[in-house]
Amino acid sequence: MRLTRACTAAITATLVAATLAACSSSSKKSDGGSGSTDKPTLTYWASNQGTSLENDKQILQPQLDEFKKQTGITVNVEVVPWSDLLNRILAATTSGKGPDVLNIGNTWSASLQATDAFTQFDDATMAKIGGKDRFLTGSLSATGAEGKAPTAVPLYSLAYGLYYNKKQFAAAGITKPPATWEEMVADGQKLTTNGHWGLSIEGGSVSENIHAAFTLSQQEGGSFFDASGKATFNTPQNVAGIKRYIDLMQTDKITNPSDAEYSKGTEALEDYAAGKTSMVIWQAAAGSLKKLGMNAADIGVVPVPTPEPMPSGGKKVTSIVAGINLAVFKGSKHQDADLQFVKFMTSTPEQQALNKTYGSLPTVSDAYSDPAFKTEAVSTFKSILSDTAAPMPAVAQESQFETLIGTAMNGLFANAATGKTVSESDIGKALDAAQQQLTP
Amino acid sequence: MVDTIERSARVAAPGTPGPRKRRRSRGGLLPYLLLAPAVLFELLIHIVPMAVGVFISLLRLTQFYIHDWRHAPFAGASNYRVALNFDHATGKALLHSMWVTLAYTMLVLAISWLFGMAGAVFTQHAFRGRGLIRTAFLIPYALPMFAAVITWNFMLQRDTGAVNHILVDQLHVVHDRPFWLIGQNSFFSLVVVAVWRQWPFAFLIITAGLQSIRSDLYEAAALDGAGVIGQIRYVTLPMLRPVNRVLILVLFLWTFNDFTTPFTLFGKSAPHQADLISIHIYQSSFVTWNFGTGSAMSVLLLGFLLVVTAIYLSAFRRRDDDYA
Repeated sequence: MRLTRACTAAITATLVAATLAACSSSSKKSDGGSGSTDKPTLTYWASNQGTSLENDKQILQPQLDEFKKQTGITVNVEVVPWSDLLNRILAATTSGKGPDVLNIGNTWSASLQATDAFTQFDDATMAKIGGKDRFLTGSLSATGAEGKAPTAVPLYSLAYGLYYNKKQFAAAGITKPPATWEEMVADGQKLTTNGHWGLSIEGGSVSENIHAAFTLSQQEGGSFFDASGKATFNTPQNVAGIKRYIDLMQTDKITNPSDAEYSKGTEALEDYAAGKTSMVIWQAAAGSLKKLGMNAADIGVVPVPTPEPMPSGGKKVTSIVAGINLAVFKGSKHQDADLQFVKFMTSTPEQQALNKTYGSLPTVSDAYSDPAFKTEAVSTFKSILSDTAAPMPAVAQESQFETLIGTAMNGLFANAATGKTVSESDIGKALDAAQQQLTP
Repeated sequence: MVDTIERSARVAAPGTPGPRKRRRSRGGLLPYLLLAPAVLFELLIHIVPMAVGVFISLLRLTQFYIHDWRHAPFAGASNYRVALNFDHATGKALLHSMWVTLAYTMLVLAISWLFGMAGAVFTQHAFRGRGLIRTAFLIPYALPMFAAVITWNFMLQRDTGAVNHILVDQLHVVHDRPFWLIGQNSFFSLVVVAVWRQWPFAFLIITAGLQSIRSDLYEAAALDGAGVIGQIRYVTLPMLRPVNRVLILVLFLWTFNDFTTPFTLFGKSAPHQADLISIHIYQSSFVTWNFGTGSAMSVLLLGFLLVVTAIYLSAFRRRDDDYA
């Protein structure tokens, strides 16, 4: 009897121990992949730049194969949709387990810099990837807070432009693209007919909304943070900028109220590509438009118009300095291989190949030698980036600012779409509420 | 009746293991060893995360500390003060979200239970094609949640959705295409989708409960002159009491904490009118990078649900005692 019980106890103990061992061995396994063998395998999180996640994978894979041929290092790519990217990065930051190299929206640089989870690109690190001077100054302006070593390096540069449909403009008897905001509204009204709209807007998209709010507020002479980094959301200029954007749907009526539902970050562009709308304000989209089957001869692009006359104190800003940066996770166990990959992705041939496919702009000056970057559209975007683009506020609260105001604007668009009037005081109240939720 | 049996079993229980008692107290390691895995996993899965959650709610855990969160400064009750300050945007939004969630939960719970009950009673007695109908009723519950709700999202879109196509283009019920995913209607869309998801569960549980009701009870009721309504009122409902007690509690907790349905239907930022508490807390912590306040809200929610559950269970117990 006693023996049996002892046996049972022993078996139970073994079972418990085995269960525990199973737990620990499985956790060891997940670490094992990143051990420092001679040829490590890297995990790369790419943002969604093409028409779909699958499309991105197809574009990137040949380049990654090329990298493996050159260095013997395997890179596993995972394309992360924009709606998840920031959360995934946050989770990786908290747990310390994540990719080795990753793409970040360049406007998040200062916020992510504050987490201290990414390798700093100080001069010594920069030297390893070929030096700071290879990059365009404009692109480097959105890689972190001023006076600190960049937290990432620029990979693709982008800017907003006003895309218009040349054929539809001509059919409506409009001879030249709009040069002022008022002309854009007038043209839009001329083009808005039964079932067809002047301009499409991604009205439920947090990031599209905040970029527009920032640009239009700059045109009014406003700013969301003062020089000391203190939040100043509810100012008459910021309200005026946001109102002007919502009014495209509310009073100018050149935008379909249904656009208030658009939140996937593709729908407004799809409407434009399909000819359902004649204009859209979008980041360099040549690659996507081609993929969506729009006739290249119909596509025209000009800088986003500014109001005429310019509001007092207003700046001629037509776009944010948009783009994608490449960051290295501090927790990654093979920094040298990571930096080799960063160097490869920012090398001239890769910059030419990838930016050509995506329709974005190279971030290194040497890459512009390629004739593909001498077209009219590219030179338009290049001049926007160098002359009339402003970087989003480089403060640690930037990503909070984006989500809070962007979300508030989703609600304002929803109100405008469902027939409620969005007044200046409504916008002011929404901005006040957003500022109160900002964590100091 | 089931309760009476349970209770008599409980009364009988202490007497039986009497003789064995002495033997067990000598080599008392085995029961603890057998219990150990369960205790360990209970600790790992429930108690430890809960304790960590309470601990985090006392920290100022923002983006500056998430990388090394053990060094986040202690905040005391300040996260709770922010969450409960109803003059301030954060607290006001939390209160609003609480009301929305309560209204949503009550509606979904009542309608799901009613549908489940009706469906179960309807299929209680055998008829041709009963199996087929029961299976059809269970389909929403068997479908993968994401696929089902994203389909609703497509159907509810204003310009391209099936709902507006039927209402506006086919039936001409309304002329102006209504919005279903933004504005006031978004709340009702959410309720409809949630009921569609939940009611098969109520149906399943009530159907199972009906199997245990003996048919001679119905015969006796019929002999006493009870019609269909009378049989439901005097036989079915009282006999289902224990089943309903658990069903309603479970449905309440599931609906109240539901995250997947609103998140799949609306995405990251739910419309103000359909801002459920689970999404709201998610936004307050993940979207604004403020995990301390988010945790404080979660702890408050946990406390609220505990209080509701306790009141509910004790109310039922008192009523059961009245019956006994």
